[in-house]
Amino acid sequence: MSEQIPFINYLVLGDEPHLVASECTACGARFFDRRNACAGCSGTDFKSVDIPTQGEVRAFTIVAFAAPGIEVPFVSAIVDCGGTSVRTNIVNVEPSPDHVKLGMPVKLTTFPIGKDDEGVEAINFGFEPAA
Amino acid sequence: MGSEDVYILGTRTTKFGKHKEHDTLDLATEATLAALADGGVTMKDMNIIAAGNLMGGAMAIAQAIQKACGQTGIPAYNVSNACATGATALRVAGMSIKAGESDFGLAVGVEKLAGAGLLAGGSRKQDGKSWERTGRYGAVAGVDGRIGTDIMPGVFAQIGMEYGHKYGGANFELFAEISRKNHSHSTLNPLAAYSKEMTLEEIMGDVMIAYPNTRPMCSANCDGAAAAVLVSGTKLKTLSQEQQRRAIKVSASILTSDPYEEACQVLPNVNTLTRVAAKQAYEQAGVGPEDLDLVELHDCFATAELVHYDNLMLCEEGGAVDFFKSGASWRTGSTPVNVSGGLQSKGHPIAATGIANVWEVCHHLRGEAGPRQIEGARVGLAHVIGLASACGVHILESNSA
Repeated sequence: MSEQIPFINYLVLGDEPHLVASECTACGARFFDRRNACAGCSGTDFKSVDIPTQGEVRAFTIVAFAAPGIEVPFVSAIVDCGGTSVRTNIVNVEPSPDHVKLGMPVKLTTFPIGKDDEGVEAINFGFEPAA
Repeated sequence: MGSEDVYILGTRTTKFGKHKEHDTLDLATEATLAALADGGVTMKDMNIIAAGNLMGGAMAIAQAIQKACGQTGIPAYNVSNACATGATALRVAGMSIKAGESDFGLAVGVEKLAGAGLLAGGSRKQDGKSWERTGRYGAVAGVDGRIGTDIMPGVFAQIGMEYGHKYGGANFELFAEISRKNHSHSTLNPLAAYSKEMTLEEIMGDVMIAYPNTRPMCSANCDGAAAAVLVSGTKLKTLSQEQQRRAIKVSASILTSDPYEEACQVLPNVNTLTRVAAKQAYEQAGVGPEDLDLVELHDCFATAELVHYDNLMLCEEGGAVDFFKSGASWRTGSTPVNVSGGLQSKGHPIAATGIANVWEVCHHLRGEAGPRQIEGARVGLAHVIGLASACGVHILESNSA
């Protein structure tokens, strides 16, 4: 089996793929990027926390017109995962307002986006409608 | 806090639209000289200039304007605050007057933007030959379109949809109706980039950019410049009766950035900083939302206008949908909003916008707005948002008895 790597640093692969955030140990604010300090309280101590893989769509748009090289249409959304907001695409759903609804329950899924010249496969995440 | 009152003595915008024959400096100079003439003063009277231009690269626009129409050696401040750049220039000049350092100040915003297309979210490069992590999120390739959207029509679509999710009642048709209002308003504005009435069917049936924003529901990229001459209250008293009569009092000048809240680094929060700015502005001016005769707010997308009714407290919290449906924000309503046509129809030459909206309000407060005059207007509010984020709110009041 070829080597797989997460598309982005805050995605953890394995048997139960999930997202991780840096949580400020002083005020609890959560961030997905590399941090120097906390935007909420300027604290500099963080711990890694797992983000729930289930959530609900708090906002979405269906992008029909994007920069060259980006396939459209796609559904962009903000998903509330147990109080932590996550930016994501909604996948495995028809990109139409008849099928994507505010408040709809979704769950994390992963999929390959391609291999590089060394055969390493990058795995990205999205959220799909939860049954 | 400040010891000096600040007034707008002269102000002007150019026609917004495609200016093929004019470059950035042509437009900036036209607005600057017209604003000075409007105020009955010259470049020699100015004690400070603050100017902004986002698309012109590293050019120091304030000095370039001086070289184009008057090098007098005064301090020049080049400002940059995304779509709030114009308001920031105005505020910098105003602060200098308030602090007693200047009698007169000049603020200018200018942009060449016609045909610019999407302003954020560049083309996706071909993925690398070997995956390499870059940036603070450590992505191995371009994120836009793979993990949500970077483009402004999409970001602001989500902002409007989020409001709809929270309070209900907001749908595609409602957002399109907001756009119909602004396109209708623009038919009375000869300086608007677009001044064509559009039906609901035309708006909803136009090219979809990012649901629910179709093309006419997005701000119009265009060329344009706006300038304002500010004067201290003390100095104004020494000027002519006519200058004093036409001067517009800057009752509040506020600039905020976004405070940290959950989710604000995932989807920009344009609500809290606007609400904070509005609250401070009403307090500083000693007026309330109910006193406003007109409002120019930052309708960069139809979905944005809705949330700012609420953020500027033109309605009760959560009541923006009902507020719009009541007709309140049409020019015939109780709180006319974007009678210029707004960014969707008047156009949005980004660095100019935060002064152009002040010009529009001044125009009405002086009773000089012609066919689109809001009769008897005495108090108005101008609002801008620049992402990542800055919010400017100015409350303006007529100075004539």
